[in-house]
Amino acid sequence: MNIRRTLATAHRVLLQLRSDPRTVAMLLLVPCLLIVLLRYAFDGRQEVFDSLGAPLLGIFPMIVMFLVTAVATLRERTTGTLERLLTMPLGRLDLLLGYALAFGLVALVQGLLAFGLTVGLLGLDIAGPSWALLAVAVADGLLGMALGLFVSAFAATEFQAVQFMPAFLLPQLLLCGLFTPRDTMADWLHAISDVLPLSYAVDAMNRLTSETGFGGAVAADLAVVLGCTLLALGLGAVTLRRRTA
Amino acid sequence: MMNSAPAVDVRALCVVRGGRPVLQGIDLTVARGSVTGLLGPSGCGKTTLLRSIVGVQRIESGEVRVLGLPAGAPTLRDRVGYVTQAPSVYTDLSVLANLRYFAEVLGAPRTDPDRVLDEVGLGEHGKDLVGRLSGGQRARVSLAAALLGTPELLVLDEPTVGLDPVLRQELWRLFHRLAAGGATLLVSSHVMDEAARCTALLLMREGRLLAHDTPRALLDATGAEDIEGAFLSLVADAAPATSERAR
Repeated sequence: MNIRRTLATAHRVLLQLRSDPRTVAMLLLVPCLLIVLLRYAFDGRQEVFDSLGAPLLGIFPMIVMFLVTAVATLRERTTGTLERLLTMPLGRLDLLLGYALAFGLVALVQGLLAFGLTVGLLGLDIAGPSWALLAVAVADGLLGMALGLFVSAFAATEFQAVQFMPAFLLPQLLLCGLFTPRDTMADWLHAISDVLPLSYAVDAMNRLTSETGFGGAVAADLAVVLGCTLLALGLGAVTLRRRTA
Repeated sequence: MMNSAPAVDVRALCVVRGGRPVLQGIDLTVARGSVTGLLGPSGCGKTTLLRSIVGVQRIESGEVRVLGLPAGAPTLRDRVGYVTQAPSVYTDLSVLANLRYFAEVLGAPRTDPDRVLDEVGLGEHGKDLVGRLSGGQRARVSLAAALLGTPELLVLDEPTVGLDPVLRQELWRLFHRLAAGGATLLVSSHVMDEAARCTALLLMREGRLLAHDTPRALLDATGAEDIEGAFLSLVADAAPATSERAR
């Protein structure tokens, strides 16, 4: 791992993003737009928005970051630039952390925008501290990014990469406790949801919605989300092979 | 870091891809400072051989040593430049942004991007987006990236394909200039008329090496008028031997 090469990679990824302003605009604005839609879909029922707002503030950035990162890294694999980089003195972690830094920065800006909109303009009311909401939202964006990096290894085309969203994220969405509380699920479903990272992201958001302060349970959930992010990055590093058949 | 080992030393190299033998016992050496042409029809295993030398190909058996070290050794990564057949550069970045990034990864001098840009004749296109360049220009950006950091060995997979005759001649001049500066070049091509521009030739067919000699010696040995003729005569000589073995 080498700081100079990691930063150069992050800089390069950001330059690539800059040359595609439409993607940047969608990355930053789509989660905001979705949250506005949610708010007005439950117009006049502030308690529904208050209970759903926090979990969705975490879920939307995760989905968007997942898609963008999966396609971006797949493109690196299919255009031969990955093979070129791996013949150079670039560590696999330099590459992954470079991506993580660049997209992590995007996740941070995205989280700030969505958070400011939700808490500031739309008046989301939660019991816990609002800075914790922001922290969990950004962590969710990072998780989406790391999962996208990882699954791109299993996609041969961009069509496949996009299909990983319904295949990989939607089951997590169904089981994360957003539609029905996790402890009312059948045991086997509950067991599955226990090993899915999105469940912990939503648990954290639900706790922040209903409990005051930043408790140990929220910290534990946040640690699981960040741990899964690191695990996905590590698994992603394993899928980058210098020698291929 | 200099030593007397040949630039490339391949012993009994076998590679299997998708259950099919692609390289079947290749032995060769590439002398330092040479411009060695690797010629053969499409699909004969040229790219696989080059990938093995660069160290990105999983090999079945045999040994590949580059500059005295096992192919793909970490300390070789800034001493060997590799250009793949398809240009491997970022189309959504400018030419210079591409070169600056690769230079940073290689730890090459800051002046290198401008230098290599002039060497491939793209000095005026530094600010252009690679995606807006022609195919031939993209190929030269890819080549320029491999020249960063002045590698000791350059492995070029069909670098002149799709280029007009004037550009091809300019690139071959560049290759000889680089060799005169101490670099070794291994250049593949399926166009036999490029052979005359090399100081040494490797002729390949169906995963085997047919010949390894200077262009002059190949012409003398086969009595052919050009390398294409020499190649055909070598194939004809090899054919009875293989059918006998099959029996």
